[in-house]
Amino acid sequence: MESIKPILEFNKTCVSYTKQTMAVKYVSATIDRNTITAIMGPSGCGKSTLLRAVNLMHNLYPNIRVDGEILLNGENILSMEPIDVRRRVGMVFQRPAPFPTMSISENVLAGYTLNGINLPKNERDATIERCLKSVALWDEVKDVLNKKGTFLSGGQQQRLCIARALAMKPDVLLMDEPTSALDPIATKHIEELLQELQKEVTILIVTHNMGQAMRISSKSMFMYLGELVEYGDTAMMFSNPADERTKAYLTGKMG
Amino acid sequence: MNDKIYKIILFAAALVIPIVCGGVVYALVTDAYEAFDHFGFISFLTSSEWSYTDGDEHYGALPFITGTLMTTFLALLFCIPFSLPVALFVGEYFKGTKVAAVLSTVTDLLAGIPSIIYGLWGFYTLRPIIMELDISPQGSGILTASLVLAIMIVPYAASLSAEFIKMVPNDLKEGAYSLGATRAEVIRRVVFPVAGSGIFSSFVLAVGRALGETMTVTMLIGNTNTMPDSITSTGNSMASIIANQFGEASDLRLSSLIAIGLILFLITAVINLVGKMMIKRARIS
Repeated sequence: MESIKPILEFNKTCVSYTKQTMAVKYVSATIDRNTITAIMGPSGCGKSTLLRAVNLMHNLYPNIRVDGEILLNGENILSMEPIDVRRRVGMVFQRPAPFPTMSISENVLAGYTLNGINLPKNERDATIERCLKSVALWDEVKDVLNKKGTFLSGGQQQRLCIARALAMKPDVLLMDEPTSALDPIATKHIEELLQELQKEVTILIVTHNMGQAMRISSKSMFMYLGELVEYGDTAMMFSNPADERTKAYLTGKMG
Repeated sequence: MNDKIYKIILFAAALVIPIVCGGVVYALVTDAYEAFDHFGFISFLTSSEWSYTDGDEHYGALPFITGTLMTTFLALLFCIPFSLPVALFVGEYFKGTKVAAVLSTVTDLLAGIPSIIYGLWGFYTLRPIIMELDISPQGSGILTASLVLAIMIVPYAASLSAEFIKMVPNDLKEGAYSLGATRAEVIRRVVFPVAGSGIFSSFVLAVGRALGETMTVTMLIGNTNTMPDSITSTGNSMASIIANQFGEASDLRLSSLIAIGLILFLITAVINLVGKMMIKRARIS
């Protein structure tokens, strides 16, 4: 029997903004399928930079260099077409940003329209319903699907952005502090949602919020000054961190 | 005490501008009154006759309103394919780079060239080409004037549009890229729709510029006082008929010219006001 390849694997991944400074240094880690992995660390430690490398966001900025390997199902994405990678690796950003000129349903289907794919009507409706249901937004918006997405509350907008990413049926969902702009109740909704979503997609989430990492993730990375200091079971890391720096961060002495 | 004097001086200085503006309107209205009174406001606007034979004077503004609208509309049409690429180049593709800075400086430089220079270039370079191409026998005309006018308003449309294109939040663009969109799709589906009202208002302001442009148009439009029957025929714009005839005109003819000036003033004021309001709204959203 063929052994199942890990969904995502970092192999000596490095990211540098300038020749002199490396923002991410030789990160190696294997991400398990259908889990939530939290990436923690103080500001400027390179966690967002690492995350953005996974769907080749850095390609948009010619000065940024990414070295090493990032394997998606065993295939190095750094040598793949950005467009193909991004369709398989979705991303949700810090601030909810639905497309302001599109309606709620158009936002969900944006990935298809942006790629010039025209779905037949019944498939369109099914996708809208499936995605909005999986982010628990369907009941709230099913009667206003033609309204602009920007009319929704911050938390609803962020869920719409998650739905937009899910519509492309990605293998991996990257989330860059998706709740940092949201109030506690909206945050709780999204956290519950992510727990559900990990059944269908592997989630990598950058968070500043240690409580959040503990509540939702099964594995955690702790990054410091661009290095992956510690990577392991979240519960283990919180109760018994192996590295002094992790311990200092988790106990609030650093960060 | 000191503060009070300062405030009074400031207030008085600020008041000068509205007073001057009001004075201009007042002078235009009083001097145009004779023409409107003689021909009637509506028939002055709709008459296409312009003859100054003694005893049988007849003045109507329609050929010149038509001339202005035709040159302006054509100039707008011709300037779009040049302004939009420049705006995209500066505001999106090469945003923040040296190349963009150079291009936007050069574009802005176009705005600083005196219109007489454009007129000379149009007259001695473009006009012979138009004749060479057999587009029109005399070379000058509405088309020639519009082409040069288009070049003149490119900087206005381009730099303002670029500003709106730059303002499209990076969050939205990255959001679109993260879904696998190509750059062309991001521009088409995200940048243009989001910056759309701003871009549109930039073009409205460029139109406001083109409406009143006098020197270039006077040199190139051919200066005939009849209704233009095609885009290659000669004509006169509202500004150019005034420039051509104000020196020799008196009485009813002068009043008619001033009446045309008043109409031009109103059209330009409305277009500029609409453009500015739209820009304000586009900036807020």
